[in-house]
Amino acid sequence: MVIDKIKKRIEYEDENAGKEVHRSDIPVGKWVKCSHCKEILYKDDLHENFSICPNCGNHFRLSSRRRIEQIIDKDTFQEFDLKITTDNPLHINDYIKKLETLKEKTGLDEAVKCGIGKIHSEKVVIAVMDSNFMMGSMGKVVGEKITYSIEKAIELKLPIIIFCASGGARMQEGIVSLMQMAKTSAAIKKLNKAGNLYISVLTDPTYGGVTASFASLGDIILAEPNAMIGFAGPRVIKQTIGEDLPEGFQTAEFLLEHGFVDKVVNRKEMKDTLYKLLLLNRHEYLK
Amino acid sequence: MPKLTAWERVKIAREPDRPTALDYIENIFDEFMELHGDRYFKDDKSIVCGLGNIGKQNYTIVAEQKGRNTKENIERNFGMPNPEAYRKALRFMKQAEKFNRPVITFIDTKGAYPGLGAEERGQGEAIARNLMEMSDLKVPIIVIVIGEGSSGGALAIGVGDKVLMLENAVYSILSPEGYASILWKDSSRAEEAAEKMKLTAKDLLDLGIIDEVLKEPNGNAKSDIPKMSETIKKRITALTKELQEIDVNELMENRYQKFRIM
Repeated sequence: MVIDKIKKRIEYEDENAGKEVHRSDIPVGKWVKCSHCKEILYKDDLHENFSICPNCGNHFRLSSRRRIEQIIDKDTFQEFDLKITTDNPLHINDYIKKLETLKEKTGLDEAVKCGIGKIHSEKVVIAVMDSNFMMGSMGKVVGEKITYSIEKAIELKLPIIIFCASGGARMQEGIVSLMQMAKTSAAIKKLNKAGNLYISVLTDPTYGGVTASFASLGDIILAEPNAMIGFAGPRVIKQTIGEDLPEGFQTAEFLLEHGFVDKVVNRKEMKDTLYKLLLLNRHEYLK
Repeated sequence: MPKLTAWERVKIAREPDRPTALDYIENIFDEFMELHGDRYFKDDKSIVCGLGNIGKQNYTIVAEQKGRNTKENIERNFGMPNPEAYRKALRFMKQAEKFNRPVITFIDTKGAYPGLGAEERGQGEAIARNLMEMSDLKVPIIVIVIGEGSSGGALAIGVGDKVLMLENAVYSILSPEGYASILWKDSSRAEEAAEKMKLTAKDLLDLGIIDEVLKEPNGNAKSDIPKMSETIKKRITALTKELQEIDVNELMENRYQKFRIM
């Protein structure tokens, strides 16, 4: 719900988005500037370094495709074959057209990719949100895909991992988007009763209706360093309280300090960390 | 009955003398006793919780409460809850489950409070937990949107078996101003946004988001609070009976499916 209110902190690097340049001061082509330390980086180096700035450790935003590459064993990811479309409940004129354009541009069918894959041979259901698609906002399709994934995890008795990246509920679908919060949270309740493990991973940015639903309901909640996470967007809060926000407000580290995140995990260690957590929780979900 | 535009209803829902939850509660319930606190941090007065009865039927009551004047509004944070308000609400709902009492919630908020402390204390987590727990609370939940129902701040006490709305109440993903500001970068187009958003009781009934629209006396609830209260009371009583007859597992599954198909 704060989609456009979150300032894009970083210029993300993503081949999926068609080699877009998001700021005019970035040299065209092979180079990208880190928004954090302003260092000019060679794209291939950045790519090899998990899209983490080698100079300052800033985690660039990742596409869902690259996230899955980094987390899931090669050739084991099977995407759920879901053909769901929005019925455009508010009849917004150019909304469907906008979605079509984005689908073509990003190669994604919506703001979340979900399926089954293996992490060091451990089978899991995984859902990965993608901020390249309407800032990862949650409308009916995203809510449906997340809920389907949770129900599938229950059915197959598998743990579920959700990588969150979202500006919040999708404005274009109005109240229907709001209701996705209730739907996904109710599914997590079912999962809890069935005894499956749920690991939520908060990445930059996680806001609004996603924070206020499944993202905050993990048995274990991990976050990437420096990811911006919150309910209300910083601009709204600043306007409301009429003063500047403290340094580091709403970062992953801030949430860790306030007890809302279990562990901040560097992207390079994410796969191994998830694997260890799967093993340490094993008796929870195997028979 | 004059046909009002969505924006006209938004304005009615926001009238400073629009009856608040406590105005109705005093009229609907034979007895009402407010009880306080979330047991963790404080008593947030933007949500009122307590016990009440209609005849022999006891209820747990959870209500978003705007102030009726400036002083009250400051005390109640203009009806914008902080996380501790939602945690208080959850405490009372879980207690209702323990004692097998139906829960009645009244929604009336501009939204969850977007403040520094709210973020520090986990506004998102508090709302999320309520959504999750309400989906499986083993007693009937009847939700009534009486004024403004805006954003996750409203939904956080809005997951029920029956969702009712007063004729001039509005329920939306955020305020029309916020919607216009996000979609069109122009908050002055709020009126236009209101017409687009499908936020009136009639629109939401058609969309299948709510179950019933309650008619307001003389087209505005403030004209006759006792009569409005009587209308609400009748529906609470009838729906309670109806919901209590359903086996609890079926009630849970119905509630899950109600939101599952949205």
